Amino acid sequence: MSYERPKFRHPEAQKNKLGYTRKAYEGAISTLCAGCGHDSIVSSIITAFFEMSIEPHKVAKLSGIGCSSKTPAYFLGRSHGFNSVHGRMPSVATGANMANKDLIYLGVSGDGDTASIGMGQFAHVVRRNLNMIYIVMNNGCYGLTKGQDSATADKGSKSRKGAPVSFESIDLCELAILLGADFVARGFSGDKKQLLPMLKAAISHKGMAFVDVISPCVTFNNAPTSTKSYSWVRDHMEATATFDFIPLQQEILTEYDHGSTIPVSLHDGSVITLHKREDKEIITNKKDAINSLEEAKARDQILTGILYLKPDSEDFHDINQTTDTPLNQLTEKELCPGDEVLQAFNDSMR
Amino acid sequence: MKPTDITNPEYFHKVVDCQYACPAHTNVPEYIRLILHENYTQAYMINWVSNVFPGILGRVCDRPCEPACRRVRVENEPVAICRLKRVASDNRDEVQPLLFRAPKKKNGKRVALIGAGPASLTVARDLAALGYELDLFDDQPVAGGFIRSQIPSFRLPEEVLNTELNYILDMGGITTHFNTYVSDIRDIMDKGYDAIFVGTGAPRGRDLPGLPGRKEGDKKIHVGIEWLAAVVFQHVEKVGKRVLVLGGGNTAMDCCRTARRLGGEDVKVIVRSPMAEMKASEWEIEDAVKEDIPIIDNHVPLEFVVENGTLIGMRFQKVKPEYDQSGKRSLVPTGEDPVMLECDEVLLAIGQQNAFPFIDESSGIEFNDWGLPVLDPVTLQSSIPNIFFGGDSAFGPGNIIIAVAHGHNAAISIDLLCQSKDTHDRPEPKVTLAGQKLGFHDWIYDSQITEDERQIVPTVEKAKTLRDRLVEVELGFPVYTGKTEAKRCLNCDVQTVFDYGLCIECDACVDVCPTSCINFIENDEEEALREKLIVPARNLDEDLYVSEILPTGRVMVKDENVCLHCGMCAERCPTAAWDMIKYSYKSPIAGDS
Repeated sequence: MSYERPKFRHPEAQKNKLGYTRKAYEGAISTLCAGCGHDSIVSSIITAFFEMSIEPHKVAKLSGIGCSSKTPAYFLGRSHGFNSVHGRMPSVATGANMANKDLIYLGVSGDGDTASIGMGQFAHVVRRNLNMIYIVMNNGCYGLTKGQDSATADKGSKSRKGAPVSFESIDLCELAILLGADFVARGFSGDKKQLLPMLKAAISHKGMAFVDVISPCVTFNNAPTSTKSYSWVRDHMEATATFDFIPLQQEILTEYDHGSTIPVSLHDGSVITLHKREDKEIITNKKDAINSLEEAKARDQILTGILYLKPDSEDFHDINQTTDTPLNQLTEKELCPGDEVLQAFNDSMR
Repeated sequence: MKPTDITNPEYFHKVVDCQYACPAHTNVPEYIRLILHENYTQAYMINWVSNVFPGILGRVCDRPCEPACRRVRVENEPVAICRLKRVASDNRDEVQPLLFRAPKKKNGKRVALIGAGPASLTVARDLAALGYELDLFDDQPVAGGFIRSQIPSFRLPEEVLNTELNYILDMGGITTHFNTYVSDIRDIMDKGYDAIFVGTGAPRGRDLPGLPGRKEGDKKIHVGIEWLAAVVFQHVEKVGKRVLVLGGGNTAMDCCRTARRLGGEDVKVIVRSPMAEMKASEWEIEDAVKEDIPIIDNHVPLEFVVENGTLIGMRFQKVKPEYDQSGKRSLVPTGEDPVMLECDEVLLAIGQQNAFPFIDESSGIEFNDWGLPVLDPVTLQSSIPNIFFGGDSAFGPGNIIIAVAHGHNAAISIDLLCQSKDTHDRPEPKVTLAGQKLGFHDWIYDSQITEDERQIVPTVEKAKTLRDRLVEVELGFPVYTGKTEAKRCLNCDVQTVFDYGLCIECDACVDVCPTSCINFIENDEEEALREKLIVPARNLDEDLYVSEILPTGRVMVKDENVCLHCGMCAERCPTAAWDMIKYSYKSPIAGDS
């Protein structure tokens, strides 16, 4: 077994605007099972940050416990990282975000870490609209403890052992929309073509960007009868709308027919262009988004793509009117402005 | 693109760049792995069967394998394939019992070999083992041909040479006729041989007969290859203090370094063309420069300057290269005054020519406009079906390993001819496949990729070797360094084999591949496909490995160019759709079916 990847890379590998190759965004070699969907998500995260030319030290990656939460070791080896307690990633992310709003926060969690032990934390970080990317690597089972059904396993789905799931599943995307997330998307680890622009859009979005990625567990939950297997997802995937992500700096070259294409601008000036399907409503309407999800479910389909998007959202800092300067950059001078200021403040309260 | 036909032995053969580039197709990765495991004797034998002269070639081969080495494309320096061959040779045990023997019972066929160089000796070895009776003719007192007369002992010690020549000469079935100059090939043709092989090299060194002063200075002007031979046979033991060597090939390098050992203190190499276009191997130029020999380029000789009947120097015209639109070079005078370089002796190493004074038209052997025999390129048969040519005498000056390849080829043709079979119905290469899976995630071969740089071969102190032309300059790799170097081999013969039927398109291989070789993509024409890959595949010498159509409608496309053969794709594949399979390719030799 190899404990590290060979150091050589393709000599003609592309460089991004910062002059880095993809290698600068890689991490250690994966220790997950061969063929794990999580590895593909990792690869898409690497590509997204590489192609967006984000300096690795501008990113903080946070995770809880589980197969999914091991993955931050496999990407962005030169970023900040915190592997927290089971289900408690959102709290740590909130604390970090409060202290330094200048970093990009990438939370990685799993279906167990989010939909079971971390459900309370998940609900609150979403309703606070913390400025972060919250990725759930969703395989419908507890891979680290031999594949027991998780809370996102669909009712009736059969894993390797053959027993159908008896409980209702939790749809994290629907829940996130209900809880007030302004960017909610669902991807599939086996479809990088869709996942990559989705992650880029999530990175560009200000506020909570929730991305649920169906990621087959090749070891315990990849039987054809499982609704989280490669083959089932491929057969039942339905995209809300295909879309392109156009970063701010890039000129929009493609001419779209305005009848079928809806551009959505994000706060940083980048644009998502949605190629509307004839029978679909646009996704910026909360009610329609939830309807679409439910309708797809009724047809035994998995709806993927950007499910709901409210581009001009207010994040936790906006709501709390916190200082623009990250806390870690405030000196004693700003924090203790002196008697006069205190006096004036006290007077204003009288 | 159509799916790649990996059942065609040539596909994977081409992936093993070194072996593919070697004219004799020696199984390089296999012997390098054996060196890594200290199995020197077997490593030597793989070489001996394939290239006949491992100890010799491990010192003086032209190494077409090294520029082809994949390591050049992912790093900088190739694996020191040639010097590893020497490691196998230096550390081998007694190989005598493993060598081919001539059977006691002869097959009744007689073959004459004219010239006792590497080509003829290869034919002799291959055919003697099959029971042929061979007569070997050479005008010199010993065998070896140019390997002996042209290559100085400080690069190739006589002992090494003699040992490997004797492996062949002592096989049985070979009768040597040394000091025998064949003055007319018809004498041999009349003796009723079943076949005749001509391996007489390109024995004539080019001269500058028209240059002013050539005749007057004759005593101190020598043709390089003749002079080198004279040194070997001890007819020449000294040279003047100031020596000019004309020419930019390997012979020039051997001349100048030999001159340094025979008393030349101020030895210069003068080249017509720019340095970058010299024909000599890079490493041979380096070795000459290390021995304080300056190389002066862009100088075209004008005249030999002779005063009072003695050569005192040469005059040169300085030139600069100019290239026309088709890239053709011409040397244009710079307009500066001619340059006078003083010297005591001049060695001319400006090329070699073929010469066949022993063959005239009445023999029936046809020659082309360049004075070379008209040959069937596959069988090496001349216009007389039972007369074959090989080595430098076949297609002009080449190198030892090409001569060996010709020898194997001619031996096959002769064997087929003697059995009254079609000489074009040739034996196939022998190909074997061996899975490398050892455990769940383990391979039999050493799949780790080392970042060690190319190791440097230690040499004897300069002062010592310059005193004695018989002291070999290179010491060869010590065992430990040899293993470090062997570990640099990327095992290109361990092939990445893809089974599209097992693939679930999870992308694990794409994600883990360090050099981004693997793609899952919509199929297209080759030209378009090459541009669409993760890293565009612009090295057109390397093939694309294309699978059948997968369930999502895409195909797997692998660019073979910089694949490290690290096995990561197969290690991370959940369904064993990727497998690492060792592919051994062995060129046919005479007697193979």
